[in-house]
Amino acid sequence: MKVTKKDLETVALLSRLSIPAEKEEQYTQQLSAILDYIDNLSTVNTDEIQPIAHVLPISNVFRDDVVKESLDRDLALSNAPLKDEGYFKVPKILEG
Amino acid sequence: MSYEAVIGLEIHSELKTNTKIFCGCATTFGAEHNTHVCPVCLGLPGVLPVLNKRVLEFAIKAGLALNCHINGFSKFDRKNYYYPDLPKNWQTSQYDLPICEHGYVDIVKSNGEKKRIRITRIHMEEDAGKLVHSGNTIKDSDTSNVDYNRTGVPLIEIVSEPDMSTPEEARLYMEKVKSILQYIDVSNCKMEEGNLRADLNVSIRPRGTDTLGTRTEMKNINSFKAVEEALTYEIERQEEVVEDGGHVVQETRTWDPERGITLSMRTKENANDYRYMPEPDLVPIITTDEEIEAFRKSLPELPDARQARLENEFGLSSYDAGVITSSRQMAEYFDAVVAAGADAKLAANWIMGDLSKNLNAENMSITDSPVEPERLGQMIGLISKGTISSKIAKKVFEEMWKCPDSPEKIVQDKGLVQITDTKAIEEIVDKVIASSQKIVDDYKGGNKKAIGALVGQVMKQSKGKANPQLVNQLLAQKLG
Repeated sequence: MKVTKKDLETVALLSRLSIPAEKEEQYTQQLSAILDYIDNLSTVNTDEIQPIAHVLPISNVFRDDVVKESLDRDLALSNAPLKDEGYFKVPKILEG
Repeated sequence: MSYEAVIGLEIHSELKTNTKIFCGCATTFGAEHNTHVCPVCLGLPGVLPVLNKRVLEFAIKAGLALNCHINGFSKFDRKNYYYPDLPKNWQTSQYDLPICEHGYVDIVKSNGEKKRIRITRIHMEEDAGKLVHSGNTIKDSDTSNVDYNRTGVPLIEIVSEPDMSTPEEARLYMEKVKSILQYIDVSNCKMEEGNLRADLNVSIRPRGTDTLGTRTEMKNINSFKAVEEALTYEIERQEEVVEDGGHVVQETRTWDPERGITLSMRTKENANDYRYMPEPDLVPIITTDEEIEAFRKSLPELPDARQARLENEFGLSSYDAGVITSSRQMAEYFDAVVAAGADAKLAANWIMGDLSKNLNAENMSITDSPVEPERLGQMIGLISKGTISSKIAKKVFEEMWKCPDSPEKIVQDKGLVQITDTKAIEEIVDKVIASSQKIVDDYKGGNKKAIGALVGQVMKQSKGKANPQLVNQLLAQKLG
């Protein structure tokens, strides 16, 4: 499958990655090669195979609706790059 | 050209659980910010979410009450997008195998017409956190603060087909869904706390055609009034755009209730690529037919069935039965008034009349009514026995609103017992006839309606205590 430069830009935007201009050609080729390799799977006959929703043969794992102690707030915030009076503080969200 | 609107709703309802959907943090509303958080709902690396069993139970009950098919095999998926109210950068939701599909509710419009609104699907998902912006709006804020208490609170999203064509239908649909969720007791549905809110999708097309126009979306509308107003505005706006030769742009718009208009959010449109993928940290859910039937049996009587019962059992009009059963609390209040011995039609009139008026004036819920159903039932009993007239009953009701005395005691203490003593009434009737020669002549001249004025005078002179039927009888007799 041929990945275009536009595909690369879209994927980069969705992943919040910035791609240096001189790497664009290289990444485009690498992504194409990866998808081509994955495409080998489409040669396998899957007519008799049931789709799976999970890799493990497990279902119905539940917990009871019982309150457990939450984290201490200072601890919860301890890894936050920015904080403000008990809040996680984040940079500008929408450009005006 | 004449247009019609095509409207679909996505209703988000927070479920009434003690804990979040995938962790044991409490869901209590109004807690100090960021105190109901843990590694799971903060999305820290390496944590393992586990589904709250009650969320599944509530979602299945909601599906059954909304006439859905329950999928015996269901799973969770990741919906990827970047927004700071979502610490994991994905929302755990359901994509291709939601828990419920293919349901419907019936609404009755103000012109009496019945309409069925189909439900596409109901899925389980987690709510996002709350943003507090430093500026007045998100756009003029250099930073925002995030409270993750609400992150992971369980939601069901109820997605309708685009079956509604007027703002009224959209409001009625949302009211009906709210009423049903309250009946089955899976959500508090407190709209002011945001635990019931809707995304409105609307487009227009020339009336009579079945093409679909470009739609716009308004998110997080949390009152019935706003649903109707935002849609009314947006439909008119789209009509103007098209009439002026323009094209409606597919976009998300915000509803500004202060100014009564919708505004473009101007977000980049390529953002809607959620790259759904199966959630590897949660295992599939298998529900057997026996389990589904057990849930179905556990459901209480639902609004439509209850309305039909009130019509058949008590002879209430369809309208009255509809109003009484619109909320479970009112329907239960009604049942309690009738159980206290009241005539059902009178009970409905008093609940929809004076009681609702007083509750609305004081912004109270019927469950907090100072007049309990037992006392209202007793009071209605006094009307039926002829001890008090309906007019006097209004005074008794106002007294009961203010004090906890029984209606009998109020009637006695205030001397409100109806005068049914023919002699006493006769005296007043004679006096009124003697002093109202003109009206009497009018009546005798063939204007039978003039008797109303005389009845009114007798009632006034008896301070409302004369039995109106007796007054009518005596007047008719005496005037021959």
